[in-house]
Amino acid sequence: MRVQRLLTETENKKIADNVDLKLIEPLIEKYKGKKGNLIPLLQGVQSIYGYIPRSAFELLSAKTGLKLSDMYGVATFYAQFRLSPVGKHIVKVCHGTACHVQGADAISTAIKDALGVSDGETTPDKLFTLETVACLGCCSLAPVMMIDEESYGKLTGSSAVKIIKEIKIKEKENK
Amino acid sequence: MAQTKVIVGLGSCGIAAGANKVYNKLKAIKDAENLNFELAKTSCIGMCFREPLVEVVDENGSMIYGDVNEDKALEIVQQHIIGHNPIKDYVVKTDLFKTPDNSFFDGQVKIALRNCGYIDPENIHEYESRNGYQALRKIVNEKMQPETIIQTIIDSGLRGRGGGGFPTGLKWRFAYSNKADEKYIICNADEGDPGAFMDRSLLEGDPHAVIEGMIIGAYAIGATNGIIYCRAEYPLAIKRLNIALSQAREHGYLGKNIMGIDGFNLNINIKEGAGAFVCGEETALMASIEGKRGMPSKRPPFPAEQGLWRKPSNINNVETYANVPYIIANGAESYNKYGTEKSKGTKVFALTGKIKHGGLVEVPMGTPLRDIIYKLGGGIQNDKKFKAVQLGGPSGGCIPEHLIDIQVDYDQVTATGAIMGSGGMVVMDETTCMVDVARFFLDFTQKESCGKCTFCRIGTKRMLEILTRITQGEGEEGDIEKLEELALQVRESSLCGLGQTAPNPVLTTIKYFRHEYEAHIKDKKCPAHSCKKLLTYTIDPEKCTGCTVCAVKCPVKAIDGERKKVHTINQDICIKCGDCYSNCRFDAITKN
Repeated sequence: MRVQRLLTETENKKIADNVDLKLIEPLIEKYKGKKGNLIPLLQGVQSIYGYIPRSAFELLSAKTGLKLSDMYGVATFYAQFRLSPVGKHIVKVCHGTACHVQGADAISTAIKDALGVSDGETTPDKLFTLETVACLGCCSLAPVMMIDEESYGKLTGSSAVKIIKEIKIKEKENK
Repeated sequence: MAQTKVIVGLGSCGIAAGANKVYNKLKAIKDAENLNFELAKTSCIGMCFREPLVEVVDENGSMIYGDVNEDKALEIVQQHIIGHNPIKDYVVKTDLFKTPDNSFFDGQVKIALRNCGYIDPENIHEYESRNGYQALRKIVNEKMQPETIIQTIIDSGLRGRGGGGFPTGLKWRFAYSNKADEKYIICNADEGDPGAFMDRSLLEGDPHAVIEGMIIGAYAIGATNGIIYCRAEYPLAIKRLNIALSQAREHGYLGKNIMGIDGFNLNINIKEGAGAFVCGEETALMASIEGKRGMPSKRPPFPAEQGLWRKPSNINNVETYANVPYIIANGAESYNKYGTEKSKGTKVFALTGKIKHGGLVEVPMGTPLRDIIYKLGGGIQNDKKFKAVQLGGPSGGCIPEHLIDIQVDYDQVTATGAIMGSGGMVVMDETTCMVDVARFFLDFTQKESCGKCTFCRIGTKRMLEILTRITQGEGEEGDIEKLEELALQVRESSLCGLGQTAPNPVLTTIKYFRHEYEAHIKDKKCPAHSCKKLLTYTIDPEKCTGCTVCAVKCPVKAIDGERKKVHTINQDICIKCGDCYSNCRFDAITKN
């Protein structure tokens, strides 16, 4: 079983100002009253904010009549849902069987070292969130990682770190 | 003269290998030089080990180029398309001459994958031109009744390809015989097994085949609503399914009074999964569609009686549906002529791990495992020694070398302690630690357990703790027996397939590789030199030339030393990734 928790009130206050709840109103209109709408609603919210803010849960509940406890139950059950904000780039290191056999652990360790965060955490500069995923389905290119929408295959510890560094450099140039 | 056609394979693995860049390069050359060839897209033909693939079809026939990059794409255009002089060294598949990779296709029979890699999956006309929707037409023209269709599927011997292996026709008959105002036909595309990508490739490569299979199934059981439950991790599959569904609606294959059959109404929608392996179990999948936590429930009632929204429902896997149009169009015999007594037809496998030719293969049931690994798969990477093949993912088991001559069908695979599963086949060599493989799968099932049954929730956790201890060199006498006892309890006391089969990887590795467990526990050694805690990398001062390659390659800067002087590894920093070991040209790094 996976265990996730919602941000505490104090943690939440720090970021609550950035959440514009107006953005999810069309979504609520689309799914309101439809049966089986809970998961698509949460997926929709996450695709807007990158995670499900506490205030969005409350708004959904008020507008659709869905119970907070049901929503929280679903959001913590499925691996896809995040309850805290993520970095600009999401690094997903594949730990499927093929990747595991080809040394995915070493890739994760090298990236953790380069970013200075553990699995599921975001770097202090809010650039990267590191995640471990079960299988990206590109097994013949193992070991694989996916950054945002782009997949990188046949990695080694050093090539993975190099890819991360290149993104960092690009980000600096853009600033 | 027919126009030359250039087709780029744009499946997920092709794209990951850089196929989009190749496509864009070809397009740029074509536009810049105003060349007269047709540029098209297709999906995965299964040769993942040679991606990106580019096929050139001209008046002489077809040639598929492998490992294409932007430079090679330019060469292909200049020499083959403009110069009419194919670059034979780059060709990986053609009927015109023998290539070193031809053996990959020897013995394959493509039924489920019949169109993958041959059509543009985003174009319904290409599917139709290869007998697409002909099965549905046959049903209309010959006025086939639901009973006839169900009987044909029963006669074909088709069994559920998602892992269960239940006869598909019988499942349909149960759903058919339950009368209700509403019924559901559901496609399970929640391919969660790590190391398996059969369904992804099928959905990306030939979505209409799956949709046609569902339409036929809906007609047979009397369903009015269809749902494809697809993993959200497969964005490309979802995109192509959406395109295919809207095309099917436009062409009248979905909607009201389909193909003029009075009262045959069907719509199909996609539900995106949210990342829970247990949702591959059918009752959990339906709970998830209803918007609940995906927890399995007790059967009976079976989905055929009370399924989604308490209506009779039929759930099949992607590959199962993809076989259906072929069987209906060509008759049951066209399918059951392949296979063994109790396992008919063909099966798709995702061949991965330490294998030379990793990719997607479809072979008749009963093909010897040895042929799949050595003929199709080309043998083990770097010619290392084969150790085992893992079949069936987290619910399956490891088949050791002395059983490599079994025929792959439901009965023989089950007899080894593994399961057929959905078709993930991960090959392991002498450098793979079997205790670590067992720990890996337990770690997976333990995280994915929904938590409903105590033994699955807590038992798998205890088993994982023991396995982790063993791989860290802290195993104790009696650990193996404890694992066996817990395994039995988890198997007996879990409600659904996830818990019942979770101990399989542990039990099969203990059965066939007990000596590896004992080496970890008694000698504190990992025979495969894989478990990090039991491993140290050292530099041999006699052999080290101080070339600095290892120090440069080390991702954590654990290696010190001046140029042309002996280097040393700081064991406190070393993460044991092995990059130094694989990059040293002087064989100066040893692992122990």
